[in-house]
Amino acid sequence: MEFVGYIPLLPFAGFLVLALGAQRLTRPLVGVVGVGSIGASALLSALTAAGLLKRLPGETAFTKTLWTWIDTGGLHLDMAFYIDSLTVVMMLVITFVGFFIHLYSTGYMAEDKDYARFFACMNLFVSAMLVLVMAENLPLLYLGWEGVGLCSYLLIGFWYTDKANGYAARKAFVVTRVGDTAMAVGLFLLYNHLGTLSIQPTMIKASSLWPHGSGTLTLATLLLLGGAVGKSAQLPLQTWLPDAMAGPTPVSALIHAATMVTAGVYLIARTHVLFMLSPLAMTVTAMIGAATLLIAGFSALCQHDIKRVLAYSTISQLGYMFLALGVGAWSAAVFHLVTHAFFKALLFLAAGAVIHALHGEQDMFRMGGLKNRLPLTFWTFLAGAASLAALPLVTAGFYSKDMIIWEAYASPLGGYGFWLAAMAGALVTSLYTSRMVILTFFGTVKTPVHHPPGLSMTLPLSVLAVLSLTAGFMETPHTLGGVHIFSGLLHYALPETKIVQSRITLEILFQILAATTAVGGIVWAFFLYKPQPEPAPSRLPKSIDRFLFSGWGFDGLYDRVFVRPYLALAHLDKNDIIDRFYLALSQASLGCNRIFSLTQNGRLRTYVWGMGIGAAVVIFMAVTL
Amino acid sequence: MIMAWLILIPIFCGILAWILDRRITGSARWTALVALSSNLGVLCFLVRSFTVSGVTQQPYLMDLDIPWISSAGIHFHLAMDGLSLVLVLLTHLLGLVAVLSSWKEIREKEGFFYFNLLWVLGGIIGVFLSMDLFLFYFFWEMMLIPMFFLISVYGHENRIYASVKFFLFTQVSGLLMLLSILGLYFVHADITGNYTFNYFELLGTPVSGIFGILFMLGFLVAFAVKLPAFPFHTWLPDAHTEAPTAGSIILAGLLLKTGAYGMIRFVIPLFPDAAAAVSKTVMVLAVAGIIYGALLALSQTDFKRLVAYTSVSHMGFVMLGIFAWNTLALQGVVIQLICHGLSTGALFFLAGVLKDRLHTRDLNKMGGLWAAVPKMAVLTLFFALASLGLPGLGNFIAEFTILLGVFKADKIMAAAASAGLVGAAVYSLWIIQSAFHGPLTIKETIADLSFRETTALVLMLLGLVWLGMNPGPVFRMAQPSLDHLTRSVSFEHPGMCGVSSKPVTCLHPEYSGGTVHAAP
Repeated sequence: MEFVGYIPLLPFAGFLVLALGAQRLTRPLVGVVGVGSIGASALLSALTAAGLLKRLPGETAFTKTLWTWIDTGGLHLDMAFYIDSLTVVMMLVITFVGFFIHLYSTGYMAEDKDYARFFACMNLFVSAMLVLVMAENLPLLYLGWEGVGLCSYLLIGFWYTDKANGYAARKAFVVTRVGDTAMAVGLFLLYNHLGTLSIQPTMIKASSLWPHGSGTLTLATLLLLGGAVGKSAQLPLQTWLPDAMAGPTPVSALIHAATMVTAGVYLIARTHVLFMLSPLAMTVTAMIGAATLLIAGFSALCQHDIKRVLAYSTISQLGYMFLALGVGAWSAAVFHLVTHAFFKALLFLAAGAVIHALHGEQDMFRMGGLKNRLPLTFWTFLAGAASLAALPLVTAGFYSKDMIIWEAYASPLGGYGFWLAAMAGALVTSLYTSRMVILTFFGTVKTPVHHPPGLSMTLPLSVLAVLSLTAGFMETPHTLGGVHIFSGLLHYALPETKIVQSRITLEILFQILAATTAVGGIVWAFFLYKPQPEPAPSRLPKSIDRFLFSGWGFDGLYDRVFVRPYLALAHLDKNDIIDRFYLALSQASLGCNRIFSLTQNGRLRTYVWGMGIGAAVVIFMAVTL
Repeated sequence: MIMAWLILIPIFCGILAWILDRRITGSARWTALVALSSNLGVLCFLVRSFTVSGVTQQPYLMDLDIPWISSAGIHFHLAMDGLSLVLVLLTHLLGLVAVLSSWKEIREKEGFFYFNLLWVLGGIIGVFLSMDLFLFYFFWEMMLIPMFFLISVYGHENRIYASVKFFLFTQVSGLLMLLSILGLYFVHADITGNYTFNYFELLGTPVSGIFGILFMLGFLVAFAVKLPAFPFHTWLPDAHTEAPTAGSIILAGLLLKTGAYGMIRFVIPLFPDAAAAVSKTVMVLAVAGIIYGALLALSQTDFKRLVAYTSVSHMGFVMLGIFAWNTLALQGVVIQLICHGLSTGALFFLAGVLKDRLHTRDLNKMGGLWAAVPKMAVLTLFFALASLGLPGLGNFIAEFTILLGVFKADKIMAAAASAGLVGAAVYSLWIIQSAFHGPLTIKETIADLSFRETTALVLMLLGLVWLGMNPGPVFRMAQPSLDHLTRSVSFEHPGMCGVSSKPVTCLHPEYSGGTVHAAP
């Protein structure tokens, strides 16, 4: 496994070549470097996975140290990669999904004048994301963490001439940095008590040092959770993701659906020992997940822009993953992460194909009737949508979401409350997904199709469509065959979820309920949003519609509470109030100078008067004192 | 003697540049370039020989002690430890960058310009090497006058106001330091009967009570003004904005570092208990500076003024780290001194380049320049990212280790200072937005970076990447001297450190709730 260092290095090399040689490389060459470096990295990842499988179960993980990064004052950090089954799953998702999205981009971005810059940023992103998941210690993870944030910033603001894009990019970076800073403080706290920041030793030392539910540990995990919440766009830091759709669609697919936004889920799974020691942190995680999945789901129901529907949907699905993490359903969370990466990347890419075909039109109310115009796009989109809506038995999303819904109830940390939230979320998901499909592909044609997608775009769509439908079969509940390939592999890195015995009897019933909800949602949606020439914008009262459309008013609230006061304060004090003091000092001395210089007027009479008064004062003082 | 030459070469060459320039135009800049390059060559040779012979394990690498004014106990005493070496290296690097940045910018009174430039650098090198307090004060003043001329003669519109302000702030605070030096000198003589300005002999002089505090404050205020620490920072935005590019680079990159160096070398070692007594206050001011600088940077419309306020913010981290006084924080401080020098120096360089092309520093008049000058845009982006502490670059290592160290000393301060990281993101990205993103605002075509400009900037870029990926060599160079400093200073009343009967070497109580502290 000597080569694991090259896995993030290859995309980075691609980035360097593209960044330095942007002017000299021809377009095909840019594509070859951009896509090829990810492809090579994907192959190496597959080899790593094979190597790890061969070593299992004897050796469940291995570490590759490249060099010593920091070694001073008792702090020792290596540039080192830690590979276990969780890492391998993430690496495969990142490189393979990343490869297909890069391939797709060669078609999607073909007309763009900054072709090389686009691929340079995308390659840098993949490199940073790989560092994030492969990091052996938390600061190295943080390096990848901020690195992906940077690429997200660069790519959201890719079309920089529009000021709105720049604003969205900065918003994404700054909001996530609030979370990142919390996470950094969490690292300081951990280091201060444990004396190490390597992930595995940290977890071992934490469990021997701290008792279950320790206050310090809870604080540290909540701070880490802050980082995860920022990156994964969870409540209360979810506001950046819908605006992040300003970037090119492949960016949304790769960064804001499949990989970067799942970094928070990965972080919590990676440090699961810390979270398991703190019941409060677990409960908070689950509650954040439950609240987010509902809030974002309802917002998705009222959007007009197809990409914003998908953005809210992503937030909502990430909420499912957080819910799963919070109830200790570790494998279920990562399983949903994987299937979500497939079907949401697919949905974004298919939506991109639609937008591309309609020359940049993103409003679903100006689409419609594309079912027959873009058949391949339609069928692949439908596969992704079915998976998102968890259409029973035949989609990957069904198996992963069902696992979460079931364990939200049946795990020792779960219960009816979390189960109900997950079920309600499932219904909303079905509704908004069907609404999106109906508005986009059914009804009458409103915008003519310019050109259907080429092979570089349809191939990734087809591959991801197959994965969206079939990836679920690697993990099925025991009522439906009981395949446990995925969780079996992950259990080398993450603990198994214990199911409360008394609840097991209900499993069949709950599965039927979940399946019915999904199907029922789809059917209901066809009644609500049935294809018609002029679809009604909303089925809800106008005020509620506005409220949900705006994402529950979070943007306005934060704008009023944080952004505007900060800006106002900055601009109020533009000339630095502190300087007034020194200015006053200098003016006071100038004033004194003026007063004293009045006495130097050159008139003998004044001087005589002065001497006289002075003498009188001296004599007076001599006499009286 | 090599150390003396390090100072004398810039001084002689400065005079030479001034004389030569009257005969041959353009000779001054070449003289400066050659002087600094040869000095740098000597330094590199020194570093090599130190690492080969393994003397880097000792705190002091070289020592030169020549009596100067014997009757008053004044010596020409220079000594170099790892800390000084690192800072002298930085001085030469940024000195070269400053020369390159002025290559075309300065075309009038060139001789006098390079004379001043070299004398400032000579003074700075002297400050970093002096181990005699009188000599230190001599060099401290020697940096000031040429800098004053650089601003007042070669500066921009409002240069007289800025240069006088700069002069008054530094001069007044410098005089306070002189009083403290003399006070310490006489107290020491009273106790031992030995009249000396020797740093090593003055160490450990017991100055008790109010005088201890006053003497310490004399030093502290001088260094805090130079740093600059909140609320003594207001000279800095004016001086930076009005100075020529080279002046800004030297101010931000080097002059500010002398303040930090003074705190590490003098304030805490000479007056440990007095320093401990004020450490909480100083840390609060440091955090205030971090946040205040970040806040004000955002509202500036002048590119250079904006960068000046970011310096206030970054130097807050330095002061915070120094007063945490543990190896981790101090190592972070050393890295921060270098990285801030490089990243801020580069940003001033770029501001100078933009001013050269657009004849304005006003960010409102820029915008959308990415398409026009891609190289400049990418490099500005890089240094802005360094400034916001992006992991992988040196500034991150610096701030991360400082905060880790500070967290050991004071959790609340470390957490509060972390808020500055968010502020840094806001202002750094604002630079990029207002200058390079958005719709293109200018009509004429402007030239991208020339070969000379690119070389200077890429060197600084490589330095930051290298320090970000492998800061080990700098850590190892500074380690013995920092260890020596932290171990040799003992605190009678580790003041804030709670109750302890015997002297300890910590300024703050280390956390003691089952902590696993890896001993250095």
